[in-house]
Amino acid sequence: MFRLPRADTKTVRFAFDDQIITAQTGDSIAAALLAAGHRSFRDTPISGAARGPLCLMGVCFDCLVTVNGAPNQQACMILVRDGMQVRRQIGAAGVVS
Amino acid sequence: MIVIGGGLVGSAIAYGLQRKGVQTLMLDEGDIAFRAARGNFGLIWVQSKGIHFPPYARWTWQSAQMWAELDAELRDVTSAKLDYLRPGGVEICLNPEDLNDLAAELKTLHTHAPHVKYDMLDRHELAKLLPGLGQNIAGGSYSTADGHVNPLALLRALHQGFIAKGGQIISGETVAEINHHADSFAITTQAARHSAARLVIAAGLGTQKLAAMVDLHVPVRPVRGQNLITERLQPFLRYPTGIIRQTAEGTVQIGASSEEVGMDESTSPTILASLAADAVRVFPHLQHARIVRSWGALRTMTPDGYPIYMQSITCPGASAAVCHSGVTLAAAHVLTLAPAIADGTLPQDTAAMTSERFADV
Repeated sequence: MFRLPRADTKTVRFAFDDQIITAQTGDSIAAALLAAGHRSFRDTPISGAARGPLCLMGVCFDCLVTVNGAPNQQACMILVRDGMQVRRQIGAAGVVS
Repeated sequence: MIVIGGGLVGSAIAYGLQRKGVQTLMLDEGDIAFRAARGNFGLIWVQSKGIHFPPYARWTWQSAQMWAELDAELRDVTSAKLDYLRPGGVEICLNPEDLNDLAAELKTLHTHAPHVKYDMLDRHELAKLLPGLGQNIAGGSYSTADGHVNPLALLRALHQGFIAKGGQIISGETVAEINHHADSFAITTQAARHSAARLVIAAGLGTQKLAAMVDLHVPVRPVRGQNLITERLQPFLRYPTGIIRQTAEGTVQIGASSEEVGMDESTSPTILASLAADAVRVFPHLQHARIVRSWGALRTMTPDGYPIYMQSITCPGASAAVCHSGVTLAAAHVLTLAPAIADGTLPQDTAAMTSERFADV
């Protein structure tokens, strides 16, 4: 996966399911996951089909992931941070009781 | 036959006429119309209808009883997926005084509609039907008569079914004038002139003005409702309620506001906040749900809230139909009203629902 050279940026580490991913400060979660080779971010609620980022600008809602326990987060709109726990969004959000 | 109006009422009548073999042209104002279907909550609701007007209670009940037939037919004709279900419905009362009022109203309904089965439930009993119910709820009622459906899918299926049966739709034309002469109606829009021997006006909030052109008095006014819809959640709510329902896709629709603000379908933060607060009071876990969309829409309301169905005496062949229950009554409109109109009459069931009941207005 190509990426812009940004020698001055620091790296951050976050978890995607059980994998530890190293990314650059300033990456969105979506950019970091794509750079790490991930295409499938979620399974849809109705058919269970795999989905990944399409628009990368906050419009299509196809890049939804779970971030630190919060479901249905737009991976393209949130910057990665050190220690972040990101999970694939599997189906609809659960009901917290 | 021409049907003016392509919303839930107009398209149900047009589909019902076409399936009876009456060649029909539907004039639909198009997406600029104040379409009540856009704000419809999708309830097929019996337990609160016509409590003080038995003919409406009976008409509603008949429609609800025929809904399964309409659903099967539309699925067959259009392969539409309407998400029609009739698990029974719940009216939720936040406060004890509301619960007392509801009990009294349903008791009144029972005197003339004993077939509408219902149970009054305290909070504890209600929580058995509605897992996750908040503590600060007085109770409610459950009736097996109620159900729900996807209102937008219904509108689309009626249009598709109408076309599949050979009907013609013209969209994007607003009717400006109706002239009746020599047993025929000339209908002028901004773009064209159409003519037909018979005419049905089912144009929602536009009906009053158009009906006057064929000497029919059909008083209606807009009543705004605002809606919130959440992100998709795993199924938690089996029963539709008067204020919250979970759709087949998992989104939670929150509504039930009612405002007299004229032809204004915008939203207001105060109302939306109060809808959200009530929803969280009913299901506290919804405080974690994200709202993905909010919008307003205008109901078509008659002075007493009941439908109006009439035929013109001075312009024979013209009739008008309005109601604010386009989903609940869709089955009656397709299977009972339209066949009667095809025969040149109105159903006996709607005889009491003319605007003559507003003689003193």
